[in-house]
Amino acid sequence: MEMRRNILLGRDEDLSDNKGQRWKNMLLLAIGQKKMFKRPIPALLHIAVYVGFIIINIEILEIFVDGMLGKHRFFAGLLGTDYSIIYSWLIGFFEILAAMVLVGCVIFLIRRNIIKVRRLNMKELIGWPREDANIILITEIILMTLFLTMNTADLVLQDQHAEHYLQTTPFWITGNFKGLMSGLSIPTLIGIERGCWWLHIIGVFFFLNYLPYSKHFHVLLAFPNAYYSKLIPQGAIKNMPEIQNEVLYMMEPDKAPAVPIAIGTEQEHKRFGAKDVTDLSWKNLLDAYSCTECGRCTAMCPANLTGKKLSPRKIMMDTRDRLEEVGRNINVNKTFKDDGKALLNDYITIEELRACTTCQACVEACPVMIDPLSIIMQLRRNLVMEESNAPQEWNLMFGNIENNMAPWKFSPDDRDAWTNDVA
Amino acid sequence: MPIKSMSEYAANGEMPEVLFWVGCAGSFDQRAQKITKAFAQILDKVGIKFAILGKEEMCTGDPARRAGNEFLFQMMAYNNIHTLNGYGIKKIVTICPHCFNIFKNEYPALGGAYDVMHHTTFLQQLINDGRIKLKEGGAFKGQRITYHDSCYLGRGNGIYEAPRAVLEAFDNELIEMKSCRSGGMCCGAGGAQMFKEEEPGTTRVNFERAEQAMETDATIIASNCPFCMTMLTDGVKNKEQEDNVKVMDLAEMVAMSMV
Repeated sequence: MEMRRNILLGRDEDLSDNKGQRWKNMLLLAIGQKKMFKRPIPALLHIAVYVGFIIINIEILEIFVDGMLGKHRFFAGLLGTDYSIIYSWLIGFFEILAAMVLVGCVIFLIRRNIIKVRRLNMKELIGWPREDANIILITEIILMTLFLTMNTADLVLQDQHAEHYLQTTPFWITGNFKGLMSGLSIPTLIGIERGCWWLHIIGVFFFLNYLPYSKHFHVLLAFPNAYYSKLIPQGAIKNMPEIQNEVLYMMEPDKAPAVPIAIGTEQEHKRFGAKDVTDLSWKNLLDAYSCTECGRCTAMCPANLTGKKLSPRKIMMDTRDRLEEVGRNINVNKTFKDDGKALLNDYITIEELRACTTCQACVEACPVMIDPLSIIMQLRRNLVMEESNAPQEWNLMFGNIENNMAPWKFSPDDRDAWTNDVA
Repeated sequence: MPIKSMSEYAANGEMPEVLFWVGCAGSFDQRAQKITKAFAQILDKVGIKFAILGKEEMCTGDPARRAGNEFLFQMMAYNNIHTLNGYGIKKIVTICPHCFNIFKNEYPALGGAYDVMHHTTFLQQLINDGRIKLKEGGAFKGQRITYHDSCYLGRGNGIYEAPRAVLEAFDNELIEMKSCRSGGMCCGAGGAQMFKEEEPGTTRVNFERAEQAMETDATIIASNCPFCMTMLTDGVKNKEQEDNVKVMDLAEMVAMSMV
C-alpha cells in the first residue's frame, strides 16, 4: 500500500489506451518472458525457477490446508485410495520442480559469488543489493530442501507404517533418497518431518513478507510494468506541450490565451523536466520498484562498457532509494518536508547524465520493459532548462543552432553549397 | 547536375515526388557531403523528381532536444514545420537517422505529419522495384562487409533488414559484428555526444565500436548515418587501419555499383 502511494507521488500520465496491445505485451513479456531469451542460459534457469515458483504454490496450498485443518496430505485423502497414484505423480512432479528451483538457485549463487558474472558484481551492488540477492536465493534453496527432506522422511515413515502417515507410492525424487533415513527411529523421523513442515511454512510466510522490501518484488510488478510499457517506437521522446505552447504563443501571439493570468494568482510553476522523484511520471516510479537489478541494461550500455560512470541500473536503483526516502519522510511528517535533497545531484550525478548517448540499448535490454532513458532525459531537461547547466560545448552548439540553424558554426547561406559540384 | 530547391519548384507551380532532407551533417560536413552527393546522383539517375529545401532547411532540433534543451528544439520544430507545411510537403526522404526519427516520431505531435523514409529503405525499394540496377560483379563483389546498425534506425525504429537487403544485393559476404541488430553497440555520437568531449572513461565509445567492426576482418564498414560515419572513421584511424578498412555509407556503395 505504501508502495502504491509512493508510486502515485509521480506525475500523472494517461496509459489507459490500447488495452489489447497492452494485454498482449503482458502475456508475451511477463508471462512468456520473451525478452529474457536474448541471453539463453540465464533465461532457461530463470524459467525453471519461475515455473517452479508458481506451480509449487499448489503444494503450498495443500500444506496450508493441512495446517489449518490438522490433516496430513489432505489432497491424497481427497483423491482416495483409488487415485492415490495420481497424488504421487502430482507430488513427484512438484518434487521435480523443486529440484529445478534448487539447481537453478544454486547456479545463480555460483554465478553471483564464484564465477562473478560482470553485470552481477558491479559497484552499485555493493552492500544491501548483493545481500538481498543472496538472501532470496538462499531462502529459496532452504525452502526447497525442507520440502524435499519432509517428503523423504514421510516416505520412510510410510515404510515403517507409522500412524497417520498415509500410504502413497514413492515420489519420483525423494523415493531415491529413502536410504539416507532408513536407520532412524519413528519419533526421530516424525521430528524431522514435522520440523521441516513447520520451518517450510514459516519460511514461506517470511518470504512473502520479505518480498515487498526486496528487489524480488519484480515477480509481481513485472506484470503491470509490462502492461503499461511504452507502445510507441523506442526512438521517440515524450513531447513537452507546455513548451510547445510557449513557443507557439511567442511566434503567434494571437493564439495565446485571451486573458493573461494575473501575477500572484499564477499556478504553481511546474518544473521543467525532473529534479526529484515527484517530478517523474508514476510509470517511471513503477519502473523503479519493478527493477530486480539484473543489470542487463548496464551490460549493454555503451557508456558503461567504456568505463563511464553511467549505469542505467544505478539510475533505477537511485530512483527507488530516493522514492523510499521521500516515502519515509511523508510517514514521519504527514506531508513531504523538504530535506534539502533531490534525486538530481544527491543520487544521480551530472557526470552520469552527460555520459548517455540515448542509444536505447538499456531500454531494449530490459526484460520487464523498464525505461531508464526516460528518467535520464527528464533529469537532463531539468539541468539545462531550470539550472542552465550544460557543458560549454553544448552551449556553443545551442548557440549555433539558434544563430546558424545548424549545430556547427557554418553560414546558413552555405547549406546548399554542396550542390555546386555534383557530378 | 542541377539540383532544384523547393522554392524553385513552387515558383513554377510544380511539386516534386519527394523532398530530400539533407540534414546539417549532410550539408556541411565534408565527409558527409559525399553521402549527400551520392544519394542525389542516385535519385537523378533513377529519374526521381526531387527537391531540397536548400537555404530554408534548418536543424531539426534533435541534438538540442536530446541534450535537454526542449525550448530550442520546439523553436526549430516550429520553423521547420512551418516551412514544410507551407510548401505542402507530404513525402520526405533523408540520409540521417536522427532527422528520420524526429520526422517519424516527434514532429507529428507538433503538427508536422509526413510520410518519411530513411534513404536505406528508399534504396532497398528502388532495388526491389528494379529501378536501381546493380552491375554484375561490381565494385564490392567478394569483399567482406560488415554493417553497423545506427541506434535511431535500428533500436529506435526497428529497421534492421532493409539496409542488409541492400548490402546483400551486392552479391558478397555480409559479416555481422558480435553485437548487432537490436543488441548493436552505439557509435558514441547520439544524445548530442557528437558535440562535446566524452565523459571520463577507460576508452572511447567509437574506438570500442570500431574495434568490434575490425574484429570481423571486414574491409568495408557500411553505415547509414553521417554521425556514425565520423565516429567509426575516427575509430579506424585510431588503430591506423584507414588504408585497409573503409567506412562507407550505403548510398555511396549503391552509387558506385549502379549500371
